[in-house]
Amino acid sequence: MTRFLAAALAALALVGSAAAGTPVQADLEAEIVCPTCKTTLDQSSSPIATRMKAYIRVRIAAGDSAAEIKAQFVEQFGPAVLAEPPKRGFDLLAWLLPLGALAVGVVVVAALAWTWSRRRDGEGAAAESALDPDLERRVDEELARFDA
Amino acid sequence: MTGRAKTVGQGIAVAAVVGLLALLVWKLAFGDGQGAAGELAKGGNPVAPAFTLSRLDAADGKVSLADFKGKPVVVNFWASWCIPCKDEAPALQKTYEQYRKQGLAVLGVDAQDFRQDAKRFVKRFGITYPVVYDGSGSTLGKWGVTGFPETFFVDRSGRLVGERIQGGIDTERNREAYAEGVRLALGEAP
Repeated sequence: MTRFLAAALAALALVGSAAAGTPVQADLEAEIVCPTCKTTLDQSSSPIATRMKAYIRVRIAAGDSAAEIKAQFVEQFGPAVLAEPPKRGFDLLAWLLPLGALAVGVVVVAALAWTWSRRRDGEGAAAESALDPDLERRVDEELARFDA
Repeated sequence: MTGRAKTVGQGIAVAAVVGLLALLVWKLAFGDGQGAAGELAKGGNPVAPAFTLSRLDAADGKVSLADFKGKPVVVNFWASWCIPCKDEAPALQKTYEQYRKQGLAVLGVDAQDFRQDAKRFVKRFGITYPVVYDGSGSTLGKWGVTGFPETFFVDRSGRLVGERIQGGIDTERNREAYAEGVRLALGEAP
């Protein structure tokens, strides 16, 4: 029971520190890319990934914020070290283009659906009016006889 | 949808597919992704890919490969976290000291590394030849570098000669090819 309480308190402390803005090692490892293996640090155990993890640990202990640590990595390794491109400048396109493509796709599908539904209605009307006059007269006669 | 709009749409779709197929064919035929090292392996002598990078010891100082124009150069790609790079460091420094008077330059390119780690490495191994810093690894693709260390030889005309040395230069496997590369860069007769 004591152990459970201690674990719960530790978990609460972790959540609390994350909420307070203290960077979490695991979060940063999931947001930084290993330059040699091109996966995030948490997926890699290459020498440079190991070194980068150690660097994060040291910087967190030194009191740096997540943004500061990321900025230091970008300074050393370039912007490709970030798993997600920044939401500003040219990199903003990486976020906007998929949304734009999705919007265009929705518009195209809606336009096609509207066109097809209209064509089907038109075809129905055309088929109705294209009934042979002789056949139409016979159908009317049959219906009149049926009603009588 | 009008017939004309439908035709235009189909035309765009077909053009997109043809374009993607053309890209695929081009990539398979020409884009081997091995940069200058790929051409060298096929027996060619490509022009050494140009670069301008900051000096490891001074971020504001720049060094270009063009600064060595007319000189034979040994270009060594390395990183401080790479163990074979540590093993070969004394041999590279020895090459520099031995052939400097014959005009041979050695240029280290520290890539995908922390600058501070690289500085410690240089100090630890007593490296006195120029070293540039390429943290993002921007030069690796053009040269076709696939790991560390890798060493290339540039002759006086600025072309790559000899073999690309993958791994330490003073290993049993590479020692002969390294000596041959230095000789070819210097333009010495066989």
